[in-house]
Amino acid sequence: MTAVQTVPAITETQLNCHPEIIALDRVSFSFGNKPVLSDLSFRIRERDFVGLIGPNGAGKSTLLRLIVGLLKPDAGSIELFGKPADRFKDRHFIGYVPQRSNFNPLFPATVREVVLSGLYGRKKLFRGLSREDQARCDDALRAMHIEDLGDKRIGALSGGQQQRVFLARALISGPKLLILDEPMSGVDAETQANFFHLIRHLHQKHVITFLMVSHDMEMVRSYLGREPKETAGKLSFYVRHSHETEDCAETDLLHTIRKEG
Amino acid sequence: MDLFTMEFFQRALIGGALIAVTAPLMGLFLVLRRLAMIGDTLSHVSIAGVALGFLVGVYPIAVGLLFAVAASFVIEKLRKTYRTYAELSLAIIMSGGVALASILFTLGKGFNLDPNSYWFGSIYTLDDADLLVIAAVTAIVLAVVGLNRKALFLLSFDEDAAAVGGLPVRFFNVMISILTALVISAAIKIVGALLVSALLTVPAACSLALSRSFKQAVAIVVIVGEAAVLAGLWIAGVWNLAPGGTVVLLLILLLIASLTVRTRMARV
Repeated sequence: MTAVQTVPAITETQLNCHPEIIALDRVSFSFGNKPVLSDLSFRIRERDFVGLIGPNGAGKSTLLRLIVGLLKPDAGSIELFGKPADRFKDRHFIGYVPQRSNFNPLFPATVREVVLSGLYGRKKLFRGLSREDQARCDDALRAMHIEDLGDKRIGALSGGQQQRVFLARALISGPKLLILDEPMSGVDAETQANFFHLIRHLHQKHVITFLMVSHDMEMVRSYLGREPKETAGKLSFYVRHSHETEDCAETDLLHTIRKEG
Repeated sequence: MDLFTMEFFQRALIGGALIAVTAPLMGLFLVLRRLAMIGDTLSHVSIAGVALGFLVGVYPIAVGLLFAVAASFVIEKLRKTYRTYAELSLAIIMSGGVALASILFTLGKGFNLDPNSYWFGSIYTLDDADLLVIAAVTAIVLAVVGLNRKALFLLSFDEDAAAVGGLPVRFFNVMISILTALVISAAIKIVGALLVSALLTVPAACSLALSRSFKQAVAIVVIVGEAAVLAGLWIAGVWNLAPGGTVVLLLILLLIASLTVRTRMARV
């Protein structure tokens, strides 16, 4: 679709120049008197791919909820794009792919309606959908190879197709940070592999930072390496920075997806 | 004799037609948010308010409305406390409402107070004030839902994503509860407190069976609601049946028809 441009390799200094997307500083959180996280510090830079691995109950989902501001830490601070998480306003910077099991398969909505809901941020709440919104939806569907499914009911799709719909919804606003909460759960191995391939492509070709929660070690390790960069309690953080990419001069986030106006 | 020329029946049709838009519409959002039972709960609490209104001589529907709104706040609070057992809060509030209503109705025995007309509805006794209230409620609900349709869709589909997207989720939850309380208080005179929840939930059940898109779902709940209410009032009028009960039985017939159509569609 777009011309591939060559870009000089990135030097170490440039790498460190990447802004911090998420900064956790000595964060503690407990439910009642049961501590979930204690004294956790971690930084995620632009274009990092962070795999957050841990057994059930290790606090993965809690950490995600803290990062997006759904929960408040008992102690410590959390910053998103350099601003305190609870006062962070540019919500369209964040794309969110929920656990697939959270949604009701009987829900009456077409794929198109679901994907477009990714644009329903606070800013344009009262306005109708513009032609530009529709075009952006077409782009997102095409990028996920589900353009033929637009008018299908979301519950009628296979698990793998649903994953792509949720990813399309998360990408439609042109996010800078993509948060995936156990996106692989409940689908077969081949579908998982395809989905991970798609995610990897996004990471390598676009200026998007990834934070993915998973309990599937294999898939994550194959991309992010064998050893975690950091561990905290039962949580492990696997990190891979992407910058050996050839076409990073491409400013459009999804080649063709229009940027949020 | 021609039913349609009689004023009481015309009032019933107008009131019924208005409620048949708003009740199924709010019901759709409630069902999608898995709060189908909230209608039942609020209507039972509302009845306690109605009884109190009679006792103290204030327009009963208004007091019922206040009770329902108050109850919706308490439900939201309890829902947070018992996060994963939301229906527990509904059961508690509902029995509280019925208990209070039964005591108030007993206290009001000396007054000219007919509990049956509120438990089972008395659509043929709608007066100008009632119609005005119903019209106002309809206007408010349609305006608020229309303006917030995107937020309501997102909230119903995926509350977490809505919150991550910066939507004030609590505000919208309370808003839905208040709108529901409004609709229920206005609908009580039409189908009665015991049957209000059918008008909220059965059209939604039909639309879940039939619709492919959210737009269709909204259209179908309103069509089903209107069909059942208008045909139900007419049938009840001609054969002298209880209007509320007739409407609800028609709704259930429509649901059976929807499910049959769906099975047929699935086979094709």
